[in-house]
Amino acid sequence: MPTIDLAHTPLRELNATFHRLKFESNETHWRVLNPRGQHAVAVGIDAAILVEIEGHVGYYCAGMNKAATVVINGNAGPGVAENMMSGQVHVKGDVSQAAGATGRGGLLVVDGNAAARCGISMKGIDIVVKGSVGHLSAFMAQAGSLVVLGDAGEALGDSIYEAHLYVGGTVKSLGADCVHKPLQDHHRAELARLLNAGGVKGEIDISRFRRYGSARRLYQFNIDNIGSY
Amino acid sequence: MEKAADTDVKRMCGIVGLFLKDPHLEPELGTLVAGMLGTLCDRGPDSAGFAIYGSETSGAIKLTLRAPGDYDFDCLTKQLETTARASVPRVVRHTHMVVTLPLTRETAIRVTLVELAPEVSVVGAGRRMEIFKEIGRPDLVASRFGLPGMTGTHAIGHTRMATESAVTTNGAHPFTTGPDQCLVHNGSLSNHNAVRRELTRHGIAFQTENDSEVAAGYLTWKMREGLSLDRALEASLAALDGFYTFVVGTESGFGVLRDPIACKPAVMAETERWAAFGTEYRALVDLPGIDAARVWEPEPATVYFRERQ
Repeated sequence: MPTIDLAHTPLRELNATFHRLKFESNETHWRVLNPRGQHAVAVGIDAAILVEIEGHVGYYCAGMNKAATVVINGNAGPGVAENMMSGQVHVKGDVSQAAGATGRGGLLVVDGNAAARCGISMKGIDIVVKGSVGHLSAFMAQAGSLVVLGDAGEALGDSIYEAHLYVGGTVKSLGADCVHKPLQDHHRAELARLLNAGGVKGEIDISRFRRYGSARRLYQFNIDNIGSY
Repeated sequence: MEKAADTDVKRMCGIVGLFLKDPHLEPELGTLVAGMLGTLCDRGPDSAGFAIYGSETSGAIKLTLRAPGDYDFDCLTKQLETTARASVPRVVRHTHMVVTLPLTRETAIRVTLVELAPEVSVVGAGRRMEIFKEIGRPDLVASRFGLPGMTGTHAIGHTRMATESAVTTNGAHPFTTGPDQCLVHNGSLSNHNAVRRELTRHGIAFQTENDSEVAAGYLTWKMREGLSLDRALEASLAALDGFYTFVVGTESGFGVLRDPIACKPAVMAETERWAAFGTEYRALVDLPGIDAARVWEPEPATVYFRERQ
């Protein structure tokens, strides 16, 4: 298992090493030590590898991730897993604002809390936050799912399109055009799948979640396009 | 600090604060804060400043004076001693001089300064607070003032990337808000001209066109009206429009307030030995025991204080 210590290796060298990997690399398990809050750690990976980062990271960690599983044993700064395409990012601590921003696919799991604007403009990513999320989460969320086991801050889902929002705790307020919607069987199935994927197995009562989504009064919703989301 | 609303919101200015709970760390305060400021050079390379809370002398007040380069501080000190009718202990650091005066002579000394040395400005006053600020790279500014050798209980600092008003020493932070009180700001106030006019009518004087100075003036005014500092900070949420993270220094500690939409990044950390604030976690990584510290992001529109009881 290769170990890269950022106390001695420049960040660019770390990322360049990842970018040189073939998609199905034989080096499948990497450890990164001493990130010390640096920005853009492990960004742009396009290989089916596991990267474990030991410590707190700065902005944009694991941004644009494809296929890789990135585990952060610490907190992450703004924009963790931003524009993720596929794969998984798992933060064991808290995350700052704009976690999973614009993400197109893959799964982001946050064991702690997420600050403001979690899942802003998400476009297909699934996000599971085991704690609470801050204000303006899922702002302009287009597709994908945001599951929050704790509470949501002000203006949840403001100007939302077709993303699915599930909140286990309280919601301080809903944003423009975001409304409470009934939890139907296929939503329960989706929620169970996401909780399972996020490592929350069995111990959570799905019936306590409330679903939120678009009232479809703000944007030009056309039922003929429903298959696009 | 200030910035235009339509530009990159992520990498503008840096703020640090460090409050020591363990007196054994006090000799290291300057070194630790210099390291924190140095890390945030890339967030604010234009100018830097810091307020440090050190020793006090009974019955005395310290004034931090700033003068143009190569100033004759000896001559000024003699004039001040004549007014004070006592010897005036002083420490010259680069373009600043800290003088320790009998509390009863403060007003007379300030009058003397205005009359005899109008080119000298009082950047801060207090029993324990000293303020230093200059243009230049933050790590160089810190070393010119000898920050690594300074001791004390707590300090706050700022690295500035100027976006709205000029790169001048007067535009550098901290801004004093009263005896032993000062403010550093990361963000941009959009109604500062209107608030400045209002405050001017209430007799608050301003030296610059800087929006952050208006925030400092607002807190000064509110406290003059009888509010405590935390109440004044809460009142600023309604009065000041824009985005900001404020860190205020007081004689006994520091306080933090983020605007209601939390535009600006902020991290706090705490151990049994210290509590710290940083615009980014990077600023905190060299603090002793950081790996075991509780690290969290302060909530928007919430006042946090870490103070000696």
